[in-house]
Amino acid sequence: MSATGVASETTTRGGLGDNVVRPDGVAKVQGSFAFSGDLTADGFLWGATLRSPHPYARIVRIDASGAWAIDGVECVLTASDVPGRATYGLISHDQPVFAHEYVRFEGEPIAAVAADHPETCRRALAAIVVEYEVLAPLTDAERAIDGSHPPIHPDGNVLRHQRIVRGDQSIVGPITVEGTYELGMQDQAFLGLEAALALPDPGGEGVELFVATQWLHEDRKQIAACLDLPEEKVRLTLGGVGGAFGAREDISLQVHCCLLALRSGRPVRMAYSRQESFRGHVHRHPGKVWMRHHADASGHIRRIEARFVLDGGAYASTSSAVLVNAITHTQGPYKCDNATVDGWAARTNNLPCGAMRGFGVVQACFAHEAQMDKLAAAVGIDPVEIRLRNAMETGDHLITGQVIESVAPVARAIRETAALPLPDEPVGGHDGDPMRLPGGAGLTADRGHIRRGIGWGVSIKNLMYSEGFDDYSTARVRLADGVASVKFATVEVGQGFVTIAGQIARSVLGVDDVVLETIDTKIGSAGSTSASRQTWMSGGAIDGACRLVRERLFENVAAAHDLDAVQLAIDGTDVVDTLGTLRVAVAEATAGVVIDETFEYHHRPTEDLDENGQGNCHTAFAFVAQRAVVDVDPELGLVKVVQIATAQDVGRALNPMSVVGQIEGGIAQGLGLAVMEEIVQVDGHVRNASFTDYLLPTFLDMPDVVISLIEEPDPMAPMGAKGVGEPPCIAATPAIVAAIRDAIGKDISRVPVRPGDICLTEVG
Amino acid sequence: MSSEMYSLHVNGELREVRDAWVGESLLFVLRERLGLLGSKGACEQGECGSCSVLVDGELLCSCLVLAAGAVGQAIVTIEGVAPLGAPNDVQQAFVDCGAVQCGFCTPGLIMAAHALLERSASPTEIEIREELSGNICRCTGYGRIIEAVQSVAVARRSAT
Amino acid sequence: MPTTSVTVPRTLSDALRVLADSPDATVLAGGTDLMVELNSGHRGATDVVVVNRIGELCTWQHNPQLGTLHLGAGITYSEIEQSPIAGWVPALAQAARTVGSPQIRHAATIGGNLGTCSPAGDGLPVLCALEAQIHLASAAGERTLPFADFMVGPKRTARVPGELITGVTVPVLPGWQGYSKVGVRNAMVIAVASSALVVDQEQQGVRLALGSVGPVILRCPEAEALVAAEGDFQSSRIRSTVVAQFAELARRAARPIDDHRSTAEYRRHAVGILAARQLRRAFPNE
Repeated sequence: MSATGVASETTTRGGLGDNVVRPDGVAKVQGSFAFSGDLTADGFLWGATLRSPHPYARIVRIDASGAWAIDGVECVLTASDVPGRATYGLISHDQPVFAHEYVRFEGEPIAAVAADHPETCRRALAAIVVEYEVLAPLTDAERAIDGSHPPIHPDGNVLRHQRIVRGDQSIVGPITVEGTYELGMQDQAFLGLEAALALPDPGGEGVELFVATQWLHEDRKQIAACLDLPEEKVRLTLGGVGGAFGAREDISLQVHCCLLALRSGRPVRMAYSRQESFRGHVHRHPGKVWMRHHADASGHIRRIEARFVLDGGAYASTSSAVLVNAITHTQGPYKCDNATVDGWAARTNNLPCGAMRGFGVVQACFAHEAQMDKLAAAVGIDPVEIRLRNAMETGDHLITGQVIESVAPVARAIRETAALPLPDEPVGGHDGDPMRLPGGAGLTADRGHIRRGIGWGVSIKNLMYSEGFDDYSTARVRLADGVASVKFATVEVGQGFVTIAGQIARSVLGVDDVVLETIDTKIGSAGSTSASRQTWMSGGAIDGACRLVRERLFENVAAAHDLDAVQLAIDGTDVVDTLGTLRVAVAEATAGVVIDETFEYHHRPTEDLDENGQGNCHTAFAFVAQRAVVDVDPELGLVKVVQIATAQDVGRALNPMSVVGQIEGGIAQGLGLAVMEEIVQVDGHVRNASFTDYLLPTFLDMPDVVISLIEEPDPMAPMGAKGVGEPPCIAATPAIVAAIRDAIGKDISRVPVRPGDICLTEVG
Repeated sequence: MSSEMYSLHVNGELREVRDAWVGESLLFVLRERLGLLGSKGACEQGECGSCSVLVDGELLCSCLVLAAGAVGQAIVTIEGVAPLGAPNDVQQAFVDCGAVQCGFCTPGLIMAAHALLERSASPTEIEIREELSGNICRCTGYGRIIEAVQSVAVARRSAT
Repeated sequence: MPTTSVTVPRTLSDALRVLADSPDATVLAGGTDLMVELNSGHRGATDVVVVNRIGELCTWQHNPQLGTLHLGAGITYSEIEQSPIAGWVPALAQAARTVGSPQIRHAATIGGNLGTCSPAGDGLPVLCALEAQIHLASAAGERTLPFADFMVGPKRTARVPGELITGVTVPVLPGWQGYSKVGVRNAMVIAVASSALVVDQEQQGVRLALGSVGPVILRCPEAEALVAAEGDFQSSRIRSTVVAQFAELARRAARPIDDHRSTAEYRRHAVGILAARQLRRAFPNE
């Protein structure tokens, strides 16, 4: 195991740049950390959801009287019980709280019950009679966008269509490479299943919800609208979150749980099963991407043509934003002045899709990286050289016309990755343990059956929200008696924001003790924990609040010692006079004083795209290069990833240990999409909604990861630090698939790569 | 639903289970009847390892153990491996090495790592990977967890 | 209907008495299959008899005179994976190592694997190739069935209500034997295709059994006859053309289906590769 770039020692100081351990770490290793599914209340009821067995059907009749008749059942709800807005959604509210008239995907909620035991709930759900007129589902995204199918939703079958047209449209060749690339539907598969506890206010005037989510304030807005309550009557507190990866951006059980509590007058706990979770949240968009690259004889890209079709499933969720992310990243981290791109997000009767780590860029990167390898082959140079020749730099343009102002160390990332050592072990390792071969304990192969390949994936990823969204985060910092209390609504999903929150306060304020207050809606919004944005946004908010507090601290000290506040600074845990000799401990300077400041951080505004896809729609960018080494059994089609080497542009590593954790975890998810993870649907029916059949990478599937952190602080970023969560997940998939192609000499164009794709198809 | 009363030996104590439906898994009983919330459920199929406990010394998925069938067996959960606030060496290593992110898989992994290190003082990397392969972690990519387990093995060896 | 009673007999006679009283009771061994169904509410079980605490079923006997190994139904896959059992039936140990995860192998028993009798059950191709004898008991008496008569369909066995699988007897053979399994992941995976090859040095023959490629575990008599005729058992020699024919006969014996785990085409292809590679391991010389 090797991970370069991680200092092994930690400091007690615990400021920025240190390998500080998580403040919730001990509770998590001891099992005492309260996840949302662990929360309970006296006299609570269990809630459960009735879901459609059909991908598309008209609801003829619902008779819930059978459920009411069961002993222990306290509440049964259907669409007619929703007091407020009947639909919800992140961008357009097109998704019913409970299906009304039509069900549009398998698993769509139809009713909810509350009862004394999960088994009672199960029986109550079984006792609800729903009569359906089953309709033929629309499952082909191409049919959804070509207008040949009647609308399956009042808003139509096209969730968004967006073009990008830039530069000279007549450029052709001289070198041309093209391909069509497909991606299956990936699930976020966080381990902590959807769960919540709702507590009704006496008299039903409001409700308190403890929930695992990614964005408390957005949830509150949507819940309040559906419950017809003022937002202040809906109070949210974060329940411990067992991973998110995008799947908790949308509402799942929130409205159901609150409404069951309000109607029954009792606390209600809801917890999805894994099977239910697969249908209860949005997924990564499956898609088809066609690209044609035109290049000069030396491989410089002259023009790119592309067409994206993403299957958004039954409801809009964030499909329109995912589509824009996909198409605006068509060129990858490479220079390109001319482009013609056509992008579609389709509505079908498949499972709804929305946010997942990488957010559209995964689809683009899988295609553009395959294209770069084809281009390298056509020009006759190696995959590293083609990427270096085209590598984007600060000041270059995106095909939207936007200038890349971020630090853009693309060439450096490629070179540093190339310089990282290749695995020193031969196929099968020195010890000959069969666990090291593809097939592992299955003893499918001997060393002689295996071929090794090497592949590259390089990516660009936008950070924060786009297209004119007023993206901000709020933090309050209170300094008293040498202790800083920090309040924010930033959702901790496991990424470690709670760790760096303390690090920021320690560094800026010179305190040792930092108290993190409860994460809830009693402060302004922090925005979502997504889009690699919280270190930048909420980190920026805490940094800003700390600086305001520090200014007042300096004013106090300056007044007390008849100095000018501007000459004061923090040194360790002291306030010092940079021009004199004064040195006073922060603890002493704040004895009996309370300084309280709130700061709202906004990133610079972005714009909508025009009809030609032009506009400064993104905020900032991060880059990564990865090199994958894989062993492949060409006859059986089995793969073992041996090593991923990566150099990542992180701006500044505020907590190197956390950064490494994000990189390794992101690579695992990219590996999953490359070789095993896919929700299989047949005619809209999900075939593998369980961990027995939806396969996630295990300890034996993950390779060694060798990491080099590129630290070029970004001047636009509050502390120079870029988000680090998404890029590794994006680059890993194309790198691994390129390595498979290299090993077997075949053109693989679809992920996840199935064994039959390797061993049953003809050489491409 | 039929219910009955029975007792389970959990973390060295005899605990009465009341009003339980007899089809309940050990995981459900530990969490909902006995208030031991440290064991986590993420799949209900034995495919994730988050609910791992020791039953008569064997590492098992508590979601696949019928609670009423475990009468008379010695059950150790995450709550039983170290007192609250005093993590053992495996637990502390997970914290120190960055092996914890969301933490949902962590109690099960602690149980599995604990069982591995009790049996094998110097596990190789590939042995660690195989022995922990029943525990899915979606956040970390496993690298820091392997480092944590190795660091415990090294520390224990140098202590003896 | 949910579970209404749980009985935990400690002796075989107690267990058989309980089963005689409620012959339709569900037998719970390691729980790794049945608990999945209970947790999901898919099981119509009424009474459950837990059989993994019956001491008599948790033992094994090796009989060197007869050249047999008897495994009690309660022997777990983690026991089979290790010495001494692994030394006597290495193919079964190899299969055991591929069963689920360490946690699953600590719980899952050979009796339970037989009771569920899924075509993807990892122990079953080995038991089939070894021509294992399956022992059943009821209050009315005992009987023994060869594996081929025991497994009658996908998840269907010859066990009748009131009967309990008490154990399995397999021969301890001197020749090469092995189990290979294709799954899409390197651990914790259900077989997409599997193959068990056993060399019977004394009889100068091989036995090949295929898993996950038909409604039951499939033997391949034509492929076996080919090796009996063409293989050199003294010097472990076989011609490559025979290996290729062997693979083709294995492919032809397969009766796979398409499902969400794989395609019939791939399964058929894969068992051919597995069988060929195993034959080459058994007969390393050209």
